[in-house]
Amino acid sequence: MAHCEGKVALVSGAASGIGAATARLLAGAGARVMLADIDADAAAAAAAEIGPAAAAIALDVRAQPSWDAAAAATVAAFGAWDVLVNCAGILRRGTVEDTSLAAWRETLAVNLTGTWRGCRAAVAHMGRQGGGAIVNLSSVSGMVGDADLAAYDASKGGVRLLTKSVALHCLERRLAIRCNSVHPGVIWTPMVENYLAASPDPEAERALWQGYTPAGVAPGRAEDVARPIVFLASDEARFVNGAELTIDGGGTAE
Amino acid sequence: MSGRLRNKVALVTGAASGLGRQSALRMAEEGALVCLADIDDKRGRESERMLAGRGFYLHHDVTCERSWQAAVAATLDRFGKLQVLVNGAGIARDGDDIEACDDDRWQAILDVNLTGTWLGCRQAIAAMRRAGGGSIVNLCSVLGLRGSAAAMAYSASKGGVRLLTKSVALYCGRAGLDIRCNAICPGYMATPMGPPAAGAEESRRLIAKHALGRLGDGDDVAHMAVYLASDESRFVTGADLPVDGGYTAG
Repeated sequence: MAHCEGKVALVSGAASGIGAATARLLAGAGARVMLADIDADAAAAAAAEIGPAAAAIALDVRAQPSWDAAAAATVAAFGAWDVLVNCAGILRRGTVEDTSLAAWRETLAVNLTGTWRGCRAAVAHMGRQGGGAIVNLSSVSGMVGDADLAAYDASKGGVRLLTKSVALHCLERRLAIRCNSVHPGVIWTPMVENYLAASPDPEAERALWQGYTPAGVAPGRAEDVARPIVFLASDEARFVNGAELTIDGGGTAE
Repeated sequence: MSGRLRNKVALVTGAASGLGRQSALRMAEEGALVCLADIDDKRGRESERMLAGRGFYLHHDVTCERSWQAAVAATLDRFGKLQVLVNGAGIARDGDDIEACDDDRWQAILDVNLTGTWLGCRQAIAAMRRAGGGSIVNLCSVLGLRGSAAAMAYSASKGGVRLLTKSVALYCGRAGLDIRCNAICPGYMATPMGPPAAGAEESRRLIAKHALGRLGDGDDVAHMAVYLASDESRFVTGADLPVDGGYTAG
């Protein structure tokens, strides 16, 4: 396990799924962690499970003041802010034709604009502080398309390139902030389960999604993504920047 | 005119200048009838005159769904069908790095480049379904493939267009619509949009990133747009095609 002793991390979407696993593993690696989520109660419960190295705060990633408050709370609680993991995301079914304008805007607002807001807050703080690391959750949907996920694909394709721009800017300005993206395949989190439950034919959809992971590979769990995220957050990844790491059991290799 | 787009009807946004205008002109030369859409009426009418009767100009705001409905309806009114959409409208802004970009700038770039492209795809598919098929050409960018510190929201929007293109291609394929959707990823262009006015040193640095030792011009991209619009590209869909003088080769 990568070492994160002495680091302070803020994880968005930390109440469940990949965010919760990331917060737990970061704490296990020695970091102190602020768990931020729009569901503040669930974030607080997840933080309580981790123990004294963790705290929780409400965060609506769509609102810059909410980001400012979360950043200030992190620094107030732990004295620094070294790592941001932009995990908060939503997954809604919708093709190019049947996606509503409201659903399109909501998906971009959370997944893409929310990630941008987090990066903006982190670069402002970490730049003054002398460095840090940002990990953005894109998806295999930032690499390959899906007919049923028009807005999700667009948002994650955006995150993939946003990440590179942030990395390059920080290099130019010598800010010592790295920024990388991870691209999970099918991970059996509440986000995915909720998506399947809401689909027109949940069992058929589940079989389809199971098929995205190659035969013989264990189903993806939140920890399978959290471990690489902890690595990217740690100094062991000091030469990794602007990179995109696919974590899908080999599903998109073909 | 060699007629590679004979009998085809195209709607081109951003057709008042740059890549959009050039694409519209080359398509018309190949036999297409073209609706030239833009928000710049003066230069849009200029494009219309250059088209010499093979199309008409229409004021059209790509960020507005009703405007899209009107643009498609006007094209159908005039030419009876729609088979080609070129999503050429796009904006770039100065002050677009992670520290400088504000909410208004971020949203404007996403609205035009990404949401505008999606709205266009959606309206075009409905019309192309009635025409029995078609081709959508989204103007993306090398900045949908590679990052740029100075073009953050722009890169993000183009990364979105790149993946939206694939989603659209897969959807149309699955639905059996015979509609293809591809993205062109131009390198830096010597067009009105862009690169921003820069010092000689920065210009040299930018040009040097293109293996061919020059910036692109509108025709470089227009030729690709004609190919993607034509039946010559019938097995090409969901692709992001660099037209970048070798920018992404190195």
